[in-house]
Amino acid sequence: MRIDLEGAARLLGDDVNTDYIIASSRKKETLDTNVLKQYLLESVDPAFAGTVRPGDLLVAGRNFGCGSAMEVAVTVVLAAGIRAVLARSFARTYYRNAINNGLVPIECDTSTIREGTRLRAVLDDSGVRVIDEAERREITGRPLPPIMIEILREGGLVPYFRMHHDFRRST
Amino acid sequence: MPGKTISEKILSRASGRDARAGDLVICEVDCAMGTDGSVPMAIDYFEQMGGTGVFDPSRIVFVMDHYAPRPLSEASELQARMRRFAARHDIPIYDVGEGICHQLMVETGRTRPGALLVGADSHSVTGGALNAFATGIGSSDLAATMICGRIWLKVPPTIKIVLAGRAGPGVFPKDVALALAGMLGADGAAYQALEFDGPGAADFEVEDRLVLSNMSVEMGAKAGIFRADRKTAAYLRRADETGVAGLGNSLRTAHDLATAPVEADADAEYSREITLDLSRLTPRIAWPHAVDNVVEVTDAIGTPIQMVFIGTCTGGRVRDFHQALTVLRAAQRPGPLRLRSSGSGVASVEYGVSPERSPIAPGVHLVITPASRNVEAELRRDGTLDAFAAMGATITPPGCGPCCGTAGPIPADGVNVISTANRNFKARMGTATASIYLASPAACAAAAVTGRITDPRDPAETPR
Repeated sequence: MRIDLEGAARLLGDDVNTDYIIASSRKKETLDTNVLKQYLLESVDPAFAGTVRPGDLLVAGRNFGCGSAMEVAVTVVLAAGIRAVLARSFARTYYRNAINNGLVPIECDTSTIREGTRLRAVLDDSGVRVIDEAERREITGRPLPPIMIEILREGGLVPYFRMHHDFRRST
Repeated sequence: MPGKTISEKILSRASGRDARAGDLVICEVDCAMGTDGSVPMAIDYFEQMGGTGVFDPSRIVFVMDHYAPRPLSEASELQARMRRFAARHDIPIYDVGEGICHQLMVETGRTRPGALLVGADSHSVTGGALNAFATGIGSSDLAATMICGRIWLKVPPTIKIVLAGRAGPGVFPKDVALALAGMLGADGAAYQALEFDGPGAADFEVEDRLVLSNMSVEMGAKAGIFRADRKTAAYLRRADETGVAGLGNSLRTAHDLATAPVEADADAEYSREITLDLSRLTPRIAWPHAVDNVVEVTDAIGTPIQMVFIGTCTGGRVRDFHQALTVLRAAQRPGPLRLRSSGSGVASVEYGVSPERSPIAPGVHLVITPASRNVEAELRRDGTLDAFAAMGATITPPGCGPCCGTAGPIPADGVNVISTANRNFKARMGTATASIYLASPAACAAAAVTGRITDPRDPAETPR
């Protein structure tokens, strides 16, 4: 399997919780992520959603996606055209939800990445790496366990389940 | 090989393997729970996955708590869809007003010692208070579990929290939880489990333990587990009576699946051990807008408060309301109080109460939300609800609404709220410009009396 994504870094801080990604109070109106994406990260920066371009990569600090386990906090990011999130660390529920929806979570040292810089994120058999083209440096990401790679390879838990109907005991 | 932690033992049993910290295991789930906040999306995933039936309806439960009462017709539609799915698959469902899922999971006897429980809501960790490995998941994982009855989990390393000593007056389990959040930070226990032990943990009642297990996720923990003891057994006996009175028929199978209480081995390996001396602990406040932004109450005294919220899966149980009422009643007694000496009393008139009788400060809105219908019924029986009503408090139906801004009283712009809840993120209660302070029920009640953050230990501020 090889995942190769390229995009501009959109910097966020530490402890960005799921309510900040999309407020609980917004999702009582609709679960349609094409509507909800206009409120993406509104509590962090009300202007953020308006400046996101498809292909952008979220780059966060520690504990990204903490708080509520609501999965719309992942699907709304995908709806905005973002395919990967790089963070120093993730909250476990966000990490699971990301994998299950095919949003690539990359755990790596994000401290040197600057806003707007072009990044390439590559996952393949040799591991996970992020290439910061401006800084001309490569950041090594934390490798993913086999079952998560399998789910990502299928494109998320929906295609994985359509294929296998159960969790495969290959781990 | 070293011994095992409680988490390693439960996940070994559930996976049928010798599970050790760091292993990835596929586990049989004893019970899976979802809410109106997570089930509507789970139904989409279920259908997209090609799901036709559920693995065992008696081991699934749905709760409608996030939109209770329903704030919008769109939310009603989500609930209607959930109700239809539950009916088609014979899944037990607690409808609007029955209570918050985490309270129902414990008080109806679905949470058993040694069991593996998954819930599509982050505060599912609450069940650890009854010696279960209970953890939060998302909607897609819930859908997969409903189909096959299984889930993959990484076996977490465990941090042992030894609670020593006895807390002094004015210091409550919420203060212990906030102190730990302050020490560990919002990700200090990420990917790990907490095991609560020591004489302080044994001293705590089950309702106290629920507060600590519930708040574990605010430190990033995957589970927050206590050992089972006589208090656990007594709680479960009572829970079984409640459960049978509620949705009894489907409970028995879940019970039969239940396993025995699990203890850690004496030589179990912990990633870290933290001892907290409760006798030296002081009341704490989580300052906006982060749960680990914790200060001693003495550093927050005087902060003006306009709304006081007592409720949620953290602080909405009988014990919490009794603690709050004790503080409010003490303030009602004649004494050196100057609580009514200023202000127009407009706030009190608004709520239909004679200003002379209410201990609530003018301009403060006290909101009371019992965690479940059972909690509400008990508070009604013992007069607590009437007492709050007579003081001019707003009493809302059981549910999550005010805590996460999905239903019920939403604070106005710029309002300072003190709350017994578990989260104080910006806009959490539905208003981006409101500020939320987290504290014990007693500290919240003390703030209701004075209209500012107050030390619940200080008799000059709030006579007990």
